[in-house]
Amino acid sequence: MIRVESLSYSYGDYPVLKDISFHVKKGEFLSVLGSNGVGKSTLFRCMLGLLPGYSGSVVLDGKDIRSLPPREMAKLTAYIPQTTVSIYNFSVQDIVLMGATAGLSALRSPGRSEQERVLWALEKVGISHLKDRCFNHLSGGEQQLAILARALVQDAKVLMLDEPTASLDFANQMLVLTEVRELSREGYTIIQTTHNPEHAYYFSDRILTLKDGEVFCIGKPQEVIVPEVIGELYEMDVEISPLYGDRVRVCTPSFLTKT
Amino acid sequence: MNETREKVLLHTATIPDREKRLLSGRTVLVILFAALVTAVLISFCLGRYPVGLNELQGILRYWLGLYHGKPFWTQTQAIAVWNVRMPRVLLSVLVGAALASAGAAFQGAFQNPMASPDILGASAGAGFGAALAIFFGFGTAMVTASAFFVSMITVGLVFFISRFVKGEKIIGLILSGIMISSLFQAGTSFIKLAADPGNKLPAITYWLMGSLVGATRSEVGFVIWPILLGFIPLMILRWRINVVTMGDDAARTMGVDPGRVRFASIASATLLTAASVSVSGMIGWVGLVVPHMMRRLVGSDHRYLIPASALGGGLFLLVVDDLSRVLWLNEIPIGIMTAFIGAPFFLMLITRRNLT
Repeated sequence: MIRVESLSYSYGDYPVLKDISFHVKKGEFLSVLGSNGVGKSTLFRCMLGLLPGYSGSVVLDGKDIRSLPPREMAKLTAYIPQTTVSIYNFSVQDIVLMGATAGLSALRSPGRSEQERVLWALEKVGISHLKDRCFNHLSGGEQQLAILARALVQDAKVLMLDEPTASLDFANQMLVLTEVRELSREGYTIIQTTHNPEHAYYFSDRILTLKDGEVFCIGKPQEVIVPEVIGELYEMDVEISPLYGDRVRVCTPSFLTKT
Repeated sequence: MNETREKVLLHTATIPDREKRLLSGRTVLVILFAALVTAVLISFCLGRYPVGLNELQGILRYWLGLYHGKPFWTQTQAIAVWNVRMPRVLLSVLVGAALASAGAAFQGAFQNPMASPDILGASAGAGFGAALAIFFGFGTAMVTASAFFVSMITVGLVFFISRFVKGEKIIGLILSGIMISSLFQAGTSFIKLAADPGNKLPAITYWLMGSLVGATRSEVGFVIWPILLGFIPLMILRWRINVVTMGDDAARTMGVDPGRVRFASIASATLLTAASVSVSGMIGWVGLVVPHMMRRLVGSDHRYLIPASALGGGLFLLVVDDLSRVLWLNEIPIGIMTAFIGAPFFLMLITRRNLT
């Protein structure tokens, strides 16, 4: 579905991403792990077509994204940022309806059929009761679900989530990630960045790790969430404890376990 | 897992719901339109020379070819309605509608509720163009044309210069706008300094105050085209302006090219602003205050906000102009009136509720 081929990017003389290559299959849930400033967001911006000037290529559904105009691009991939700030007070419906724009011809505004898709998407993520509320007054978790609904209305089969749960509380993190995993089971391709190895282990099919702007390793959660990798990634000794028949792995910094 | 979801949402959904509006956007538009038509008809009757509603309907029907009987109104009444009041009423509606819808478009495209139509120097440029034409002794038509074209050139210059500004594009545009505006204002001051204090200086000063006195049909004929040419694209773009207010990254990933939408909105809104300023002089506050008033009524959705601002701006400027010509024997320039009314009104809005 997505193939990234020897992608490199530099801010001026400073190389951020060096020769990154990987691919994501249709319906796969891929998490990207790496320390702060390692280039996760830069990688995302390149893959979303927001940052030109990289070398290498990003091939989406067989097409190089450099050749795709914004509207075609948006039909293939939707973006869920860490937080969404709206300067003006839009209702939840209006915000979700914006997702329909890519599917409209250049001069049209959304109409009844788009409005119906909004209701369907809100129903699907479980927040129909919030449709007339003001988006800015929702809690972080509700806002994130609304943005997820907007991505569904956009009808793109690839969802790119940049630390979607970074500013959410414990329960809302689970709520949003469970919803996202549900979507991946329905055939949506999911790529998310995260700072939480435990979430990456529990929710994803494969994990990509970045270190010093390069791919450190990529593989199944069982292979990646191990002390050698996580310790190297964050330059900190960790112990990893499998729980509940290895459905969950808990990462604990070693200095906390020493008595 | 569904259970968890219910619990979380019940926990957080506690903010009282004030946002649900009493009237739908469409209803508000219909009411505004009806109010505007009523205000136009009443304005025909206002003025020193009395014209009753009965005579007015006779004159209007006669003109529309629906009345073929003997006129029951005087010739003077017909002239007052046709040659004096109609151009002025139409001009104030057009100028108000143009400024307010341009303001709404600028506030959306710049993602900034403090933007107004003169943010990119349209007014400063028009003022300079008019001052220059008056200084060289040209007539009214040339003053208008000069104001219009210099205004367009100024905004073009701002746009061009902003491309070289490093960093955030919108900030670059606004900063270039402020700088170029002050350059042109300095130019206007310089012309005033050099102008003949006997006749040209007062003419320039009066023009800059903003006034609709002595509006003519040819002025209406001059501005109506650029105003339509600017307004129609805004009506087409208004949904995409919504998307652009979410920020450039969000807009682009939703398939909207923010640069293009912003450029088209700015070009259209500049056409509206330049056209209105060139016939009326500087009329401040309409473009800033009216969109905020309308946001209270129809919300932030530009699908309703742009047409509501046009109707509301026309209504607002017409009423203020009526006041300025009826209240005092010596007419007060409308630019002063809109500031006297607009500024306190704006303060009332921002002290009562959040601006956006």
